[in-house]
Amino acid sequence: MSYWRKPLDWDKINIPEGKIHVMEDQCKGCGFCVEYCPKDTLEMSDDFNLKGYHPVVVVNEKSCVNCQLCEVICPEFAIFVTLKNNYPATERIPETRKGVKIGES
Amino acid sequence: MNAVTHPMEDILRMDRMPHIWCPGCGIGTAVTAFAMALQKAEICLDKTAVVSGIGCSGRVAGYVKLDSFHTTHGRAIPFATGLKLANPELTVVVISGDGDLIAIGGNHFIHAARRNVDIKVFCINNFNYAMTGGQLAPTTPEPATTTTSPYGAFEHPFNLPFLAESSGAVYVARWTALHIRRLTKSMTEALSKKGFSFVEIIAPCPTLYSRRNRLGDGLDELKYYHDNSVIKHGLDTRELDIGYRKEIVMGKFVDKDRPTFIEALNDRFTQVFGDKYEQYGPQNANGN
Repeated sequence: MSYWRKPLDWDKINIPEGKIHVMEDQCKGCGFCVEYCPKDTLEMSDDFNLKGYHPVVVVNEKSCVNCQLCEVICPEFAIFVTLKNNYPATERIPETRKGVKIGES
Repeated sequence: MNAVTHPMEDILRMDRMPHIWCPGCGIGTAVTAFAMALQKAEICLDKTAVVSGIGCSGRVAGYVKLDSFHTTHGRAIPFATGLKLANPELTVVVISGDGDLIAIGGNHFIHAARRNVDIKVFCINNFNYAMTGGQLAPTTPEPATTTTSPYGAFEHPFNLPFLAESSGAVYVARWTALHIRRLTKSMTEALSKKGFSFVEIIAPCPTLYSRRNRLGDGLDELKYYHDNSVIKHGLDTRELDIGYRKEIVMGKFVDKDRPTFIEALNDRFTQVFGDKYEQYGPQNANGN
């Protein structure tokens, strides 16, 4: 995958990286966060929590961009995101996007 | 590791979680929006009071770490009116359901809006009386099935924004539990607005309303909101009826200024008594 052009502010934008905290025993498995996560970072677990629900698990934490949508849409106050690392523009794009080619192809 | 705490820890009583609301219920999301709005509006939390009535949404008062009161059925607004008039410095918020605010408390609602008492009313509308077993509410759209309307509702439901506007509310908005960022913004505006502000929040009720009508779970309702809602700011509130599985029109419909109850009282008494009258309440009766 490559972008057809390089955004003008490409070297100025910092993509934030979030750390997701799930309080498993508080989750009731409604699936709101899984459905609306724009990066598909979350998934429903096959395990049960203390109350017998399938809680949500983080499957791809590197893709989280700290948008906090899961935090605001969660009706159980069971998930929240903290800003993990704010890469400086020059050395960002770690792991998850290594294969992405930018600019002229 | 445990040093990281939930960002709403200072507003919500996390020691009482998990709460009583069903999986997929939208009330929790509305409470999140309220907590974020409180953080954004930068009002003094010591001078904020939450009042709620009976019903699922009535439980909100017990889950906030603010001064709060859980009143009798339908009497959330009278209690809040008294609270505001006795201590005009407070920011008084009423969070309750449609059955509480509009059905049994309907008369209080229209009179508080008429007087323009400076309270904020956030009504969580889930289209039925959910806590008592899913009975027909004055907001149930025709022809939805509830426990007391097994052949479908045939009464015309209330159009809450129209009711609020025609009664005299100065701020009227409607959002769903899915449009949480916009809902937060609306609540923030309502909290800093002077006068009777009304925000209707449409929330899924997976256990009763959705189950009786075979609409799936909470997530299916959110998908329905996603597909069938349109934002029309400033639309005439007469056109805001909600039909069964029809389009939901959302947005901010009214934002105007009108003297509040305390201002009108001060004006009138100043006219009558002149300089002898001592102004009631702080000059900025908004609690800020």
